[in-house]
Amino acid sequence: MKMMKHSDALEQFAEQLETGTEPEMEGRSLWQDARRRFFRNKAAVLSLITLTAMLLTILLGPWIAPFSYEDIDWDVLMDIETLGSPSLASGHWFGTDQLGRDIFARTLQGGQISLMVGILGALVAVLIGTIYGAVSGYLGGRTDSVMMRVIEILDSVPFMFMVIMLVTVFGRHIILIFIAIGAVSWLSLARIVRGLTMSLKHKEFIEAAKAGGVKTPAIIRRHIVPNVLGIVMVYSSLLVPALILFESFLSFLGLGVQEPQTSWGALIAEGASNMDVTYWQLVYPAAFLVITLFCFNFIGDGLRDALDPKDR
Amino acid sequence: MSQLEPIMQVTDLKVRFPVKEARWPWQERRWVKAVDGVSFDVYPGETLGIVGESGCGKSTLARAVLRLAPVSGGRALWLGKDLGQMSEQALWQSRHQMQMIFQDPQASLNPRMTVGDIIAEPLHTYHPELSADEVRQRVKEMMQKVGLLPNVINRYPHEFSGGQCQRIGIARALILKPRLVVCDEPVSALDVSIQAQVVNLLKQVQQEMNLALVFIAHDLSVVKHISDRVMVMYLGRVVETGLTDHLYDQPQHPYTRALLSAVPVPDPKKEREKQIELLPGDLPSPIDPPAGCAFHTRCPQATEECSQKRPELQGDEHHQVACLKVTTVTSEPNKEEVTDAETAVLN
Repeated sequence: MKMMKHSDALEQFAEQLETGTEPEMEGRSLWQDARRRFFRNKAAVLSLITLTAMLLTILLGPWIAPFSYEDIDWDVLMDIETLGSPSLASGHWFGTDQLGRDIFARTLQGGQISLMVGILGALVAVLIGTIYGAVSGYLGGRTDSVMMRVIEILDSVPFMFMVIMLVTVFGRHIILIFIAIGAVSWLSLARIVRGLTMSLKHKEFIEAAKAGGVKTPAIIRRHIVPNVLGIVMVYSSLLVPALILFESFLSFLGLGVQEPQTSWGALIAEGASNMDVTYWQLVYPAAFLVITLFCFNFIGDGLRDALDPKDR
Repeated sequence: MSQLEPIMQVTDLKVRFPVKEARWPWQERRWVKAVDGVSFDVYPGETLGIVGESGCGKSTLARAVLRLAPVSGGRALWLGKDLGQMSEQALWQSRHQMQMIFQDPQASLNPRMTVGDIIAEPLHTYHPELSADEVRQRVKEMMQKVGLLPNVINRYPHEFSGGQCQRIGIARALILKPRLVVCDEPVSALDVSIQAQVVNLLKQVQQEMNLALVFIAHDLSVVKHISDRVMVMYLGRVVETGLTDHLYDQPQHPYTRALLSAVPVPDPKKEREKQIELLPGDLPSPIDPPAGCAFHTRCPQATEECSQKRPELQGDEHHQVACLKVTTVTSEPNKEEVTDAETAVLN
């Protein structure tokens, strides 16, 4: 009985093959291949899960934490060293800082700022860098020279001084940090994309598109950008932790966000100055930062392995 | 054939590229003369084969004809209008009817696009008014025509073999129903059996659609199989051109003779007796080509005169040769020396 069914199915299949009436087959794109390879990488998947959990906690922070990040708990203020230490009973799970503010709430709030700077900054860098690099590399010639000189000029601006000056003139504000980070982070990405584009533009499929009458903007959009996107993704996943670290560095120097808002870097700076007494002020934000950085780096590694054409 | 109007007339076409080298401003810039004064006509529905060894300018010529390479001299007339003088818009409109098939079938397809999108791209470009269903319908028809199953429309290029990829490339070139297709070594990267399939497919669609083909190859038997006329190039210049039968039966130019003598014959007896005319030396650099006849450095018959005077193409419309040592070109084909055996590989 079973045999019959099999041979029937086979015959039907053969018939379909012959007449070409079988249903359309779905192809597997290079993206799908890469996704499969990525999900086979255990460290990367674990990092992805951890990062998602962390992201959810941070976003839902205000509803989870029993205290607000800016309120001072007057009860613990008289003896931070004992009453402000981490305990489940008091509701200060991570303890409080010198001023009696809840570290758990502040860590989550600081995470919002840090991740926003990291992810939005990387997004801006990818957007500008990819378009700029692809246009410059594809057009070539004089346009390319001018566009690359612009990048070199921007790259030669002493970045630290620029940030310090911006902050002293306009005061501390998160927008300023965005502007400062946005202005520089896309430069190296643009260079990478330009290099890739220049190697792509002499490929035959680009020539085929030209022969087929496809116009320049469409060639860049349809043929260049999708083919550089793999490398861009790898780079940007490694750019996020770099930007988070950079924001922490600025905050550590006291150039970051405005109180009572905070970021991981600012929390760590505060914690570092008090660590002989209230060690928890340093440990928890630092742990969050380190875990996040690890996750991003592992994901970046996984992406690179998945998208690297040499491994195929 | 000659009573028809040619669709493409190329006169004295020249392409040169600057040599990238460290030089001082007072030093003269040196140029690679990739194509150096080539003329030919293409008539509707015929096949012009172009042969020559690597680096003789075949591919550059093909690209220059379609304005994909910079042209530094000469003219290419498309239906009587000069492509070089056209506005961007007019050139774009003309491209509608001129398409190209590339050498490396895998590299000529965007790895991130599905087969359907690749074949449909020219349609999207020239007929944006078509609905998605109509485009899909036309793509499927074209896939059937070139021997691809229409149900693989959603697959990606890396899921196909070289021969299938070349069929995809052919489908893309044909979907706009062009009048001229330039094939740049379309079968060089394929196995011999697949070569035959692809060449026969090209012949078949050529008949169905009344296509003119410019067929570039370095495989002489493939060119003989598909071409009505053949043009032999050496170092950016045409050395001999003529109707396929004339040229293969009575090669006049020493270079053509050497090329033809190297074609393997699928008959062990004849193959063993065959004399291959080996050419001494390498292809000279196209940066400073030899004076006079460019071939004189390797020609067995060269004399003093050859290194001084540059030969022009001479002969009647059936057969022309550029050689000082060949004075009369006979256009009467005689069947003795070259056998038809080399085409048997393809049949």
